Amino acid sequence: MNTSVEISLRRSQGRQTGRLILLGLGWFSLYWVNGRVWNFLLFTLIGVNKESKIGDSIHFFLYDFTKIALLLVGITFVVTFARSFITIERTRALLGGKREGIGNILAASAGIVTPFCSCSAVPVFIGFLGSGVPVGVTLSFLIASPLINEIAVGLLFTMFGWKIAAIYLLSGLVIAISAGIFLGRLKVERWVEPFVFATKINETPNFGASGYSINERVTLGIEEAKVIFLKIWPYLLGGIALGAAIHGWAPTTFFAQYAGSGNPFAVVIAVIVGIPLYSNAAGVMPIVQVLYDKGLPMGTLLAFMMSVVALSLPEMILLRRVLKPKLLATFITVVGLGIIFVGYLFNAIL
Amino acid sequence: MNIKVLGPGCRNCITLDRITHEVIAEMGIEATIEKIEDYALIAGFGVMSTPALVVDGKVLLSGRVPTARHLKEILEAAHS
Repeated sequence: MNTSVEISLRRSQGRQTGRLILLGLGWFSLYWVNGRVWNFLLFTLIGVNKESKIGDSIHFFLYDFTKIALLLVGITFVVTFARSFITIERTRALLGGKREGIGNILAASAGIVTPFCSCSAVPVFIGFLGSGVPVGVTLSFLIASPLINEIAVGLLFTMFGWKIAAIYLLSGLVIAISAGIFLGRLKVERWVEPFVFATKINETPNFGASGYSINERVTLGIEEAKVIFLKIWPYLLGGIALGAAIHGWAPTTFFAQYAGSGNPFAVVIAVIVGIPLYSNAAGVMPIVQVLYDKGLPMGTLLAFMMSVVALSLPEMILLRRVLKPKLLATFITVVGLGIIFVGYLFNAIL
Repeated sequence: MNIKVLGPGCRNCITLDRITHEVIAEMGIEATIEKIEDYALIAGFGVMSTPALVVDGKVLLSGRVPTARHLKEILEAAHS
């Protein structure tokens, strides 16, 4: 390499490092300043009564929206950067020819780290099956991917501590692994739409992971953080508005009375209510936080969150293209039962 | 040049289709642009993450929406 190219390369790397440090510093100062700014603006400058319900709710709304939005953008950036080293093609190569059991464990773990958008569920399903990954192993991947949401892990960690985040992560893995094994044992191949097996995969394109420079990975991270924020802010706004309303107005004992540990059906109801609700982890978390403050047990809340995130109607409609109704119904039932089990388990031990 | 935009119709796929049209118009070259929404056809190209860009039968991009500048570079390289 000639020297002038080397120097300009080193300069651009220096600029990149500078950009990263600036981004990081900016993020941390915004996060730090968040609570203080709203306190000052609302209570000192405008003079809203801190003790009033309306003041408390507005503060909750502004503070939580900023906080979760910052976490959402920050976590998305870090995760996208890390994930740019992995591609779905590599994951498939890893899973090809793996047996039941070890294959399901690998698939569920890969489901957490592989970049994957739920709109690609169908091509991934066809692509995995086409290269000899068993149906059960493929389903473990497809269950783990939305169920164990990295943004949910990050938010649980910052709001409830590492124990709750770890419990969520592990129980998500166990559900994805066991549901995949169970569905695989049912010999569900006969319930897959025939065109999936008839599809001939002509080539395996090879690009991506190794091709990115650090620059491009940073840019990918920034782009993705933007895209995710633009996509999710309405859900976040809705979730926080609802959270702020419950926070300010719902009687303290209301939820605890009807959905607290005294009600044996609370977990089941939480999961059933969660299925048709279409939101994502960032939108659900403010509600989870508020309901936790109102005395709902963590197991019920984790079950509710998992059901909202993992069993979403739009994704089911997509999967219907490749799965016959019988398999789709079994899929929903098995994952739903797994989530219910987790809910009761953690209500009992936490 | 034959360009195919692969994607079931999610937002990213629509964006890729739009900027491909824009870039081709800007470059002023002859090209047909098709949008492929059929899952069997998409999977047939070995593509697992959409949107994807296929130029003259070769997959050049998958799983992300490029910037217009990046897309132009890709298409220029494919054109020459």
